[in-house]
Amino acid sequence: MKSLAELQKIKERALQRKRLGGQNARARIIVGMGTCGIAAGARDTMTAILKELEQRHIEDVIVTQTGCIGLCEYEPIVQVQVGSEELVTYGKIDTARVPELITKHIQGGEPVAEWIVK
Amino acid sequence: MIRARVMISGDPVSMSLGADEIKLAIEAELAFYGLEDEVQVGFVGQLGRLDVLPAVVVYPEGTLYGPLRLEDVPHLVEEHLYKGRIAESLLAPPNVLSGVIARLPAREGLLRGQERVVLRRAGIIEPTDIEEYIAYDGYFALGKALSEMSPAEVLQTIKDSKLQGRGGAGFPTGLKWSFVAGQQADKKYIVCNADESEPGTFKDRLILEGDPHAVLEGMALAGYAVGADEGWIYVRGEYALAKERLLTAIQQAEAMGLLGDNIMDSGFSFHIHLHSGAGAYVCGEETALLESLEGKRGIPRVRPPYPTVVGFRGQPTVINNVETLANVAPIILRSAAWFKSLGTERSPGTKVYTMLGDVNITGLIEVPMGITLREVIAAYGGGMRDDVPFKCAQTGGSAGSIIAPELLDVPMDYATMREHGASLGSGALLICNVNKCIVDIAYVVMRFFETESCGKCTPCRIGTLRMSELLNRLRHGQASLEDVSMLEEMAQAVAKTSFCGLGQGAPVSILTALRSFREEFEAHAQGSCPTGVCPMKTEPPEVIVRRGYL
Ligand SMILES: Cc1cc2nc3c(=O)[nH]c(=O)nc-3n(C[C@H](O)[C@H](O)[C@H](O)COP(=O)(O)O)c2cc1C
Ligand code: SF4
Repeated sequence: MKSLAELQKIKERALQRKRLGGQNARARIIVGMGTCGIAAGARDTMTAILKELEQRHIEDVIVTQTGCIGLCEYEPIVQVQVGSEELVTYGKIDTARVPELITKHIQGGEPVAEWIVK
Repeated sequence: MIRARVMISGDPVSMSLGADEIKLAIEAELAFYGLEDEVQVGFVGQLGRLDVLPAVVVYPEGTLYGPLRLEDVPHLVEEHLYKGRIAESLLAPPNVLSGVIARLPAREGLLRGQERVVLRRAGIIEPTDIEEYIAYDGYFALGKALSEMSPAEVLQTIKDSKLQGRGGAGFPTGLKWSFVAGQQADKKYIVCNADESEPGTFKDRLILEGDPHAVLEGMALAGYAVGADEGWIYVRGEYALAKERLLTAIQQAEAMGLLGDNIMDSGFSFHIHLHSGAGAYVCGEETALLESLEGKRGIPRVRPPYPTVVGFRGQPTVINNVETLANVAPIILRSAAWFKSLGTERSPGTKVYTMLGDVNITGLIEVPMGITLREVIAAYGGGMRDDVPFKCAQTGGSAGSIIAPELLDVPMDYATMREHGASLGSGALLICNVNKCIVDIAYVVMRFFETESCGKCTPCRIGTLRMSELLNRLRHGQASLEDVSMLEEMAQAVAKTSFCGLGQGAPVSILTALRSFREEFEAHAQGSCPTGVCPMKTEPPEVIVRRGYL
């Protein structure tokens, strides 16, 4: 350890690792994992999201899950919130849709209008 | 990618209740669902909720579960980690106000009156990983001091902050440091007093177990300020986990160059060693501690000269309590003015208390200086257990004062308590309800001192013995009213003439109890124990009923 700058680097690295702290997250993705969601393949969706984020080295996004939100016919449901913007609810997000969702909404900041549940 | 973390309370109590097996079971369940790559499992220090051990916190939600049994694990993992719902049936009873709940940063601010300084990281970080400490600004105060501040500036900042020693006496820390800084000597030492043998006090243990680096960083800063390059931590012998965590922390800090030679290329070196006590209460007294640290029998030295002049191995030495040292880095990093914005004008900052006794929620709290006992009991203790009224509290362990209901609304800080003839002490709050007998309490306390007196001086060696004998006679209805007066006289004499703080502190409980509960002592002399606790020989002729407190 030679300097404060070096310490700062370690801090950033550790924070990234600890990104689950919540406050430092840039965005959050919530996967509906009620029984209906799981039956509709929400587990696979979740796995795909985690894999995608990892491959793209996106470290500042929290992925959490939630129970059934009462829109069973749209499962798997994925909700995305970027910063303090409004929570966007998507329906029928299967593994095939995951890469595009992350590219457009998480990385591009633009919700994918046609998948939004209204 | 890791999306969730499961932190299991890893304190000794939880361990003895099978936290280890719970960890294994959680891991097995996670493997069953194929979640092992996305959910991280680990131990964390004290969570602060002693009532729900063994406990588990699941982040990022920060959900606290407990007390958890082995057979609860499958349900917990399936519900929360697989399906993503809160496992309602296993939740720890809600207790937002206790201030002792495990929190995640997003939840900060919800806990009223709880600006945490000392326990900011405890329960959040993995104490065996230095990087987690660094992630929460760890070692930045040291870095700042070494690169931007002179030793004199560090010293001045601590002075300006008005930080007072948290070991019991509330001595101004900056002043103590300046005595050592002003000494010309080739070698000076920083000693951390982690003996913590005061009955009912365990705050230092929880700090050491939950955030060991905070103490190390405070010691290094003290060393820089006063010109010491070596530190010693004197840890109570029974604190096995604290010692292990400290050793790990020291090794990690040295490996990273945050302790050791030429820290951050500044030319400043600081080495820290650990020394284990062997279970004598008197070794918490600073000069007895030094004797013990030097390998001799732990008996107090003559003061003056004070340790700041002739201390460890005859060199100028700063001795500070664990909690005192844990306050140092935040002050240096943030500022003296920030610190003074907390607490009261005369005693800034926060105080960590352990609360125990007849309240609904016992445990660890960090509250601003100046909070009243009534607030602490109502807000953090969840009120008196079974709504039995408050009778008295003992602050600061055995050497602490008995606080009568009249003092319930006195702001708790060092100066104000002293003005009311009481002491804040080290930070144990023993809360007693009206079913407790004051003579019985005084007797238990005196038995402790009788056992722990080191025997060096007569007033304490003989006085504690005689006082405990007399109290025992009183418990058995075999003492007279004159005996009560004699007890008071003896207590005064021992307090005045004892050689060290142990003997001087031993009679405090009796003297303060006599102030508010004299008639209860006298009732015993007349043959009755009003609460019916004492093994009186005769039937109480008349029952005094105390009610209406709190
Ligand atoms: C009998 C006795 C026991 C003590 N035990 C402790 C202890 O366990 N921990 C502690 O920090 N201070 C203890 N003290 C107080 C120390 O002597 C000393 O004042 C303190 O460590 C100074 O640190 P501070 O200025 O940071 O409070 C004890 C004092 C006496 C008289
Ligand atoms: S007061 Fe008690 S503990 Fe202190 S030196 Fe005297 S005998 Fe020992």
